[in-house]
Amino acid sequence: MKILIVDDFSTMRRIVKNLLRDLGFTNTHEADDGLTALPMLETGNFDFLVTDWNMPGMTGFDLLKTCRADPKLKSLPILMVTAEAKREQIVAAAQAGVNGYIVKPFTAAVLKEKIEKIFERIEQAK
Amino acid sequence: MALKSPGAQQSSEFEQILKESTSELIQKVESGELTDAVNLIQRISDERNRNLYLEVGRLTRALHDAISNFHIDVGVSGPASEEMSQIANAADRLNYVIRMTQDAANQTMDKVDESAPIADRLRDQAHALRNDWARLVRREMKPDEFRDLYRRIDDFLRDTEDQSDSLSRNFSDILLAQGYQDLTGQVLIKVITLVQEIEESLVNLVCMASQVDQITGIKHEKTAKPEVEAHAPEGPIVNAKERIDVVSGQDEVDDLLSSLGF
Repeated sequence: MKILIVDDFSTMRRIVKNLLRDLGFTNTHEADDGLTALPMLETGNFDFLVTDWNMPGMTGFDLLKTCRADPKLKSLPILMVTAEAKREQIVAAAQAGVNGYIVKPFTAAVLKEKIEKIFERIEQAK
Repeated sequence: MALKSPGAQQSSEFEQILKESTSELIQKVESGELTDAVNLIQRISDERNRNLYLEVGRLTRALHDAISNFHIDVGVSGPASEEMSQIANAADRLNYVIRMTQDAANQTMDKVDESAPIADRLRDQAHALRNDWARLVRREMKPDEFRDLYRRIDDFLRDTEDQSDSLSRNFSDILLAQGYQDLTGQVLIKVITLVQEIEESLVNLVCMASQVDQITGIKHEKTAKPEVEAHAPEGPIVNAKERIDVVSGQDEVDDLLSSLGF
């Protein structure tokens, strides 16, 4: 599975990358905001997107909305990992079509649980 | 503010003079002493101007003090313009905090990345030895195999000793990497103090400016707060307990999402 990790802080990208590796996902790529992520997503055949919300350039929320409006990316599973904790933001992300939402700080167990849940649902929908 | 500023005292003095002169002015006008009345108007006007000059002077001095307190480079003094202002200095300090925390996080992760395979290797070796050891206990081992096991156990013990040493070194490096907290803490306290000083000076300036407004009769229209974009990112919530519009952790996120049918 090919995964794109989008976060403006390299340390957070590294943490997510390492946790994903421990879960057996070794094919991970990185981008530091929505604007760099988009062209990678368009051409890279990614199977899964993990993105932060608050980033310069293009936020993760805008990236989510852009993906959902793109016929090629509209069903790409997207997990948001963010410090944004306002209820209205979580509701907005859900309405925009996010597949999972994790608030920072988070644990390895939470990441594992959410990823498993996302793929379980996708399997069920098939 | 508990104490009246010198400016406030000045303007109440002006108010007093204005009140006294007004009743006198009406009297003079009613009794037809117009020359006296005009002289009175002149006196009120002079008094107002005098107060205005005083207030503007005070305001200018306060502004100047505030500027020199923050060492803001106003660009008037040539060589001093190379000197860094405290504000720029504060930005540098905060960048230092970002750099230090990032370095510490990377050092810690480097050491974890280095240590995890060591622990994995020791576990794998121990696991393999334990399987062979069980065969030995069950007397299923040929003499050749036993000689090999004998050598491997010796290797394993030596390896374990060496690898444990590297693990201990890495743990101690991880511990030392947390030393940033002391340094960044000191820097942050300095910046917090500066922000508080600036806030205090600005409040004082606003108070003084309001005296000038009072004398000149300037009215400010309330500036509307810039509209916040819907769902604009706010970053980490530092006072989550005092707020009802934010979740306090992952459990609340999950509850909220499941209430939406997620």
